[in-house]
Amino acid sequence: MRVSVSWLREYVDLPADLPVGDLEQALVDLGIEVESAVDLAETVTGRLVVGEVREIEELTGFKKPIRFCRVDVGDANGTGEPQEIVCGARNFAVGDRVVVILPGGVLPGGFAIGARKTYGHNSAGMICSAKELGLGDDHSGIIVLGPDVTAKPGDDARPVVGLDDVVLDLEITPDRGYALSLRGLARELSHAFEVPLRDPALVPAPSGTEAPAYPVEVRDTVGCDRFTARLVRGVDPNAPTPAWMQQRLVTAGIRSISLPVDITNYVMLELGQPMHAFDADRIAGTLVVRRAEAGEKLTTLDGVNRVLTADDMVICDAGLPNALAGEGAGVPISLAAVMGGETSEVVADTTNVLFEAAHWDPAMVGRTARRHKLFSEAAKRWERGVDPAVALVALERAVRLLTEHGGGSASAEILDIDHVRPRSPIILPVDLPTRRIGVEYPPARVVALLEQVGCTVAQGADRLSEDLGTVGAGATLSVTPPTWRPDLTDPADLVEEVVRLDGYDRVPSVLPTAPPGRGLTPRQRRRRAVAGSLAERGYVEVLAHPFVSPGLADLLGLPADDPRRPAVRLANPLSEEEPLLRTTLLGPLLGILKRNLGRGHRDLALYEIGAVFHPRVGAGSPPAMGVDRRPTDVEFAAADAVVPAQPVHVAAVLSGDLDPAGWWGAGRPAGWADAIEAARDVLDAAGVLGDRVEVRAAEYAPWHPGRCAELLVDGSVVGHAGELHPLVVAALELPRRTCAMELDLDALPAAGVTPAPAVSGFPPALIDVALVVDDSVPAEQVRRALEAGAGELLEDVRLFDVYSGAQLGASRRSLAYKLTFRAPDRTLTVEEAVAARDAAVAVAAERLGATLRGA
Amino acid sequence: MRECPYAMSYRNDPYDPKQVALLDPAALDEAVADATKAFTEATDPDALTALRSVHLGDRSPVSLARREIGALPPAAKSDAGKRVNEARRAIETAYADRAEVLEREQAERVLVEERVDVTLPYDRRPRGARHPLSTLMESISDLFVGMGYEVAEGPEVDLEWVNFDALNIPADHPARGLMDTFHIAPEGSGLVLRTHTSTVQTRTMLSRKPPIYVIVPGRVYRTDEIDATHSPVFHQAEGLVVDKGITMAHLRGTLDHFARAMFGPEAKTRWRPHYFPFTEPSAEFDVWFPEHRDGPQWVEWGGCGMVNPRVLRACGVDPEVYSGFAFGMGIDRTLMVRHGVSDIRHLFEGDVRFSRALGTGA
Repeated sequence: MRVSVSWLREYVDLPADLPVGDLEQALVDLGIEVESAVDLAETVTGRLVVGEVREIEELTGFKKPIRFCRVDVGDANGTGEPQEIVCGARNFAVGDRVVVILPGGVLPGGFAIGARKTYGHNSAGMICSAKELGLGDDHSGIIVLGPDVTAKPGDDARPVVGLDDVVLDLEITPDRGYALSLRGLARELSHAFEVPLRDPALVPAPSGTEAPAYPVEVRDTVGCDRFTARLVRGVDPNAPTPAWMQQRLVTAGIRSISLPVDITNYVMLELGQPMHAFDADRIAGTLVVRRAEAGEKLTTLDGVNRVLTADDMVICDAGLPNALAGEGAGVPISLAAVMGGETSEVVADTTNVLFEAAHWDPAMVGRTARRHKLFSEAAKRWERGVDPAVALVALERAVRLLTEHGGGSASAEILDIDHVRPRSPIILPVDLPTRRIGVEYPPARVVALLEQVGCTVAQGADRLSEDLGTVGAGATLSVTPPTWRPDLTDPADLVEEVVRLDGYDRVPSVLPTAPPGRGLTPRQRRRRAVAGSLAERGYVEVLAHPFVSPGLADLLGLPADDPRRPAVRLANPLSEEEPLLRTTLLGPLLGILKRNLGRGHRDLALYEIGAVFHPRVGAGSPPAMGVDRRPTDVEFAAADAVVPAQPVHVAAVLSGDLDPAGWWGAGRPAGWADAIEAARDVLDAAGVLGDRVEVRAAEYAPWHPGRCAELLVDGSVVGHAGELHPLVVAALELPRRTCAMELDLDALPAAGVTPAPAVSGFPPALIDVALVVDDSVPAEQVRRALEAGAGELLEDVRLFDVYSGAQLGASRRSLAYKLTFRAPDRTLTVEEAVAARDAAVAVAAERLGATLRGA
Repeated sequence: MRECPYAMSYRNDPYDPKQVALLDPAALDEAVADATKAFTEATDPDALTALRSVHLGDRSPVSLARREIGALPPAAKSDAGKRVNEARRAIETAYADRAEVLEREQAERVLVEERVDVTLPYDRRPRGARHPLSTLMESISDLFVGMGYEVAEGPEVDLEWVNFDALNIPADHPARGLMDTFHIAPEGSGLVLRTHTSTVQTRTMLSRKPPIYVIVPGRVYRTDEIDATHSPVFHQAEGLVVDKGITMAHLRGTLDHFARAMFGPEAKTRWRPHYFPFTEPSAEFDVWFPEHRDGPQWVEWGGCGMVNPRVLRACGVDPEVYSGFAFGMGIDRTLMVRHGVSDIRHLFEGDVRFSRALGTGA
């Protein structure tokens, strides 16, 4: 909300020379965010003066009409001669008084004014529009001062156009609708500076009369619990809105439309009561306030034809027949509380104005505003809460302003249909603020602060203002919040008012003592270990956005029945291209790989640890749960079952060299084996020990079918690694032989407690053995066979050479292993080691047809 | 070296030691002098080794002289033997001294010759890195774990009830509209991408009994178009304490401690009253950051407050017995302020230069 300080001063006696910074700080301390505080006097520098137009010479022959003017600026220019100024605006005549900035001045935005030759004439200075002075968006013409302005040529124009003011742009939190008004802001400032408030809502206003100002029927008193109205007849349709009112509206960002409409907006700003002005002559019959019928239509003031739902509240003209809503229901002429309709709005020749000030259900208004995407100033206030007690005052204020500035006479009849229910008091233990805040608030202080807010505070049935001494520390207060504070409903809300007004800066700093904690969970420690291990091995961690396109599954070549195809879909994605959440980390991660390649990086090893999302297909909607009590475990479990599975994965991608080239020699390109090694390293770091892990060949998209390994832990597949499928590489435009791995960290079983090895101090016996096998036999199986056959003396098996050649025969290869034997209690004899070697080879021969090379 | 004028096995006659030229003291002195000179002229250990046989070998003057001793009369033997031995010892000493010098010189020369350029770039292993947001989340977790908190987690796609209703943000509340929420299709799924880590408040209170002391670092989502200061994906850390007798003073103490850990010992916090549906009273808090790149200043950091009793009730905690506080702050923002990052996109584009430069110190 944008508001000028001069206006605020009409309701609250702020200190005379209040620095802007102090005012800002006071507002911030009250919980009102100050987006900006602009001292307008500082926005225009140099000589900004009142001028009187003496001569106008129309210049022709240019693309647009241009005027060469001589403007009397008194002695402001030092010569007393009229100032010569070229001007493109046309909304002024000789004799008009205008606002002139003389050479040397600077307008908002750093626009420096000089003397220059333009359109063939010297132009020394500028005649200003409101927009050029930063006073609003009106650039339709220059400012022509009204007859009520007494300043003479040469006088400083700042006070005349309101540039001697400070404009505050305030952000009001959604709980405090009352602060979206001068009345509310003035009240808050009166607390801060401890100065008196002149509440504009306390002016006497006549009550409703027996006879209505206009026939109105409220059919839904939940949606509308108060409706007041009054008629003003015989208004001059040509009466302008006074300049000061326009100025204040413009400052608030509200366009000036017509006197009656401007008055409704002005009263809304002043009192916080949104109003509506109908042209009484454009309504045919009784006004009916009701819910809309689904499908009813209404063209609102913004020219949009809207289809209504049964939740919208409308004001209808019962004089118009309506087949859809039935006899007497009328036709909607206003979307209640949000925006008026075209057919009944005040127009250029309106003379009879019907003012409406009502009170609407905030939740209804919020739904309607969101449904129709109509976040009007009125809707914003309704949603945040409007004082139901201020309607008649607003009506009175509007009627007075209209008759004063537009003539006409107000109806004696005042309509007031009031179904507002009185508020029930909040029970507040007087020591609750002390217990919740940790500051000692004496009972009298609590009562005083709450009364300052406007609450009525009683102990039992007694009003307390007169006799605070009777409130003991254990007392219970009965606090009735003021009508303008619908946000105060709970004791905690009152606690906040106490600490807010007493000052947050008074809250001391005390560290609580937590009970002994258990540190990170094994799962959290595992994730850290995995992340650290990959980083140490040269991988760079990235955090990708999880949004992916529906086409990604095809690009990755996922089969039709792949469980990674069903994806969680966003109802309102930022980009229609990427409405899905990832089911594999690889899509977004490969995207980041490509971005890096595009930026000139060639050798890349990236990884990410993050959630993937698998929808619960067919889970339906969660059951409705209230908030007045904890849901039962069964209720919550049923709801939780709808939440997508979101396992945490780790994935890595590789392209270019893994070991860089340099002065020491060539680099080593990353290959399928590196991806598998990365996966094995992850399992290692996760505490899943080697003998629980199995690696075997697999065919799994998006990997190369001949270069893909699946990794198993305790017999269950936990992920895949290898080189990507050439078609995927081509489709995603990745470098050839890009490699990747992905593991489901949440699928890894607990690390458990690893038994320590017996470390023997006796020397090892080393025996090399080269086995020839069919080349379809995986090395992993040969290793397992050797291990199985060698028995307990075997300490280590290490494959040190793989050879295939003509002498071995087609489809054969030789695998050379170094076997390390060792006994825990003695030095092995050659015979023992050889026997163990022979046993190992025998099992390999038996299981896999292996033969000793050269045998 | 002077050539030896006498043949081996030549027998002196008439056995006068003085007549045996090889045993002549002058000849022995000369042999010593010759050897010493030759050794001194040797410039490397190999050359010196080659000289050893000449001056100490079987055919060297002192060895030949020793052979002559046997032929001397007994009376002369002792004297001549002594002279020869002295000469030989002198040569051996000269040899050893020279050998030591040369070996030392050679060792020194090798060290000089083997010198390398130690400033050659030694980057033979690829440089990996953690993401600075990850390390920052971990250091925040560690700080609170050190205070006895536990690290709590929850799903990123969560129930609307968990994200909103249980946190006192009913369906028609304007606060729900203010949070630009990603909804999960189809309409009525009851699911959203969580808009704040406060979902874990709900889940934590549902799943465990007070006392509760948890820190929740995590990823959250809002429908903000990407620009220099906005990202639809960002990170928060949320603290929640529910215990008997918890006050707002405890909240301030915790935040002050947190601020000092993140922004240095001079850091402090400042509160501004604010509104959050899930806390009452509520505040936004700023932190005084003395090392801000634009000079010491207050930096907006997060929101906090006393857990709204309505939230406690919805999560099955008796607000008559327990009270609590909660706070939350943007991790991305913290990182950006601390490290002077001007564009939030750097955090999510994944450019390896960014993580490599920042990945270890956050």
